[in-house]
Amino acid sequence: MVPMTTEGPSLASAPAPSRARRVATWLHARPRTQLRLLLAAPLLWLVLVYIGSLAILLLNAFWTSDSFTGKVNPFDWSLDAFVQIFSNDVYRTIAVRTLGMAVLVTVTAALLAFPIAYYMARVASPRMRRLLVVAVLMPLWASYLVKIFAWRTILQGNGVLAWVLAPFGISGPGTDELMNSWLVFTYLWLPYMILPIYAGLERVPSSLLEASADLGARARTTFRRVVLPLVFPALVAGSIFTFSLTLGDYIVPDLVSDAKFIGNVIYDNSALGQFPVAAAYSMLPILIVVGYLLVARRLGAFESL
Amino acid sequence: MVESRLVRVGLRIASGLVLAFLYLPLIILGIFAFNESRFMVWPPPGFTLHWFGEALANPAIPQAFLNSIIAALAAVSIALVLGTLAAMGVQRFEFFGRDSISFLLILPIALPGVITGIALSTTFQTFGIDFSLMTIIIGHATFCIVIAYNNVIARLRRLPRSSEEASADLGADTWITFRKITMPAMRTALLSGALLAFALSFDEVIVTLFTAGAGTQTIPVWILSAMQRPTELPVVNVVALVLILLSIIPVYIAQRIGGDTVGITR
Repeated sequence: MVPMTTEGPSLASAPAPSRARRVATWLHARPRTQLRLLLAAPLLWLVLVYIGSLAILLLNAFWTSDSFTGKVNPFDWSLDAFVQIFSNDVYRTIAVRTLGMAVLVTVTAALLAFPIAYYMARVASPRMRRLLVVAVLMPLWASYLVKIFAWRTILQGNGVLAWVLAPFGISGPGTDELMNSWLVFTYLWLPYMILPIYAGLERVPSSLLEASADLGARARTTFRRVVLPLVFPALVAGSIFTFSLTLGDYIVPDLVSDAKFIGNVIYDNSALGQFPVAAAYSMLPILIVVGYLLVARRLGAFESL
Repeated sequence: MVESRLVRVGLRIASGLVLAFLYLPLIILGIFAFNESRFMVWPPPGFTLHWFGEALANPAIPQAFLNSIIAALAAVSIALVLGTLAAMGVQRFEFFGRDSISFLLILPIALPGVITGIALSTTFQTFGIDFSLMTIIIGHATFCIVIAYNNVIARLRRLPRSSEEASADLGADTWITFRKITMPAMRTALLSGALLAFALSFDEVIVTLFTAGAGTQTIPVWILSAMQRPTELPVVNVVALVLILLSIIPVYIAQRIGGDTVGITR
């Protein structure tokens, strides 16, 4: 199967091995060194560039900034940023609003995703299934901003929705409503929920469902006690996207509503030269997402990603 | 079939509605690209190709496309190398902390873009690194590594060690085995990882905003700024339609190269 190069298997008669070959032989006897060489570059990048940056961000939360120029004074330790966050109710309201929205979007996306994922995995013909996978993938690849822009044109005062609602005497929602964010977030992240659930449902063997029916379970019981537990990790995998993508987004709330989210607070404070406040408030989504990921990993969601 | 007829019909209707929900906004936007009026009022008063000409005449647009493509190509190259190395290390060896590595890799994509963006931007400023296309590439590469990693490791898990061992038994050294056995087996996984990573980088706006200098615009950055200027909206429609149509290409390639490209991470 492998066309060998000039070097034959008997080394005795072969010319002196090349340097590459000598290195290969040397490495072969040292698996630990191989491992270190493989992991050195990716780990160095992630730890230096990413974890290092997060650490610097964390440090900034404990430093002061010049109220005039907005420049951070390194190593001028202070808890002012945290005091400001905890003493102002607005920060708590925004955190609760964002978390509530992330949960709402996740639940809505799961409810919308389940029927179509189920149809794709268990009812559609193989040809139809392939078509549907492509149909769900396409909007996923379409640009994020383009999709928000599309919704802005629909929601705005003279948009499609206002035109549809006008005969009923209802005016359009405009681009200031909080609930617009719910709609647009659900729209944006829905394919991320459909695909893992579809993959999870496809892995459920039909024989299990038949066995459950043979044992006298009604469709609803089979669904609740056989299908749901088996696709639960896939559902959690999908929720990682819907939840954490909603949690940090500031562009959607900015463009289709006038409500502030966690991301807006971080962005606005960093733009206004309140950098320590932005850094301190960043700890909130970091803690929530890391906690969410740890729970998701325990539930077996990483295998379903 | 365990599902009753009623359930099947209900599922079909629900699926149709979800697809309509997914596609109607994109179709409406596509129609607006041909809108005769400068204002985005529904229904459009008439149709024209005028805005396509205007989009072509705007020098900022091709420049932004070029920046996006350069940034994506560079970020994908870095991510492919680093992601493949990490996947080979994790898949082939048992070691302490192995489970933490997948966690570390997924973090840049799971944490909100505003966090990644603000952390990188602070770091660049702290070390006096000027914002440029280079800083955009570093940011994009960081969250693309996990895509390459996931694709490659999924493939390596299914690749039997025996063919590599056979290659070694026949006298091939590590490099030859990698080039002739491992690499060909990984090729489609690398391609689908590259596609997805390219798309993510091409589409990324938040991390880009934080790591781009004032003069460097990528396509999403251009769209975001043009969206705030009412006079540019007709041209944004045209660019949006082009981007929607361009997204057919990766989906088509992904379908051609294989069954395991369901989409998100592998």
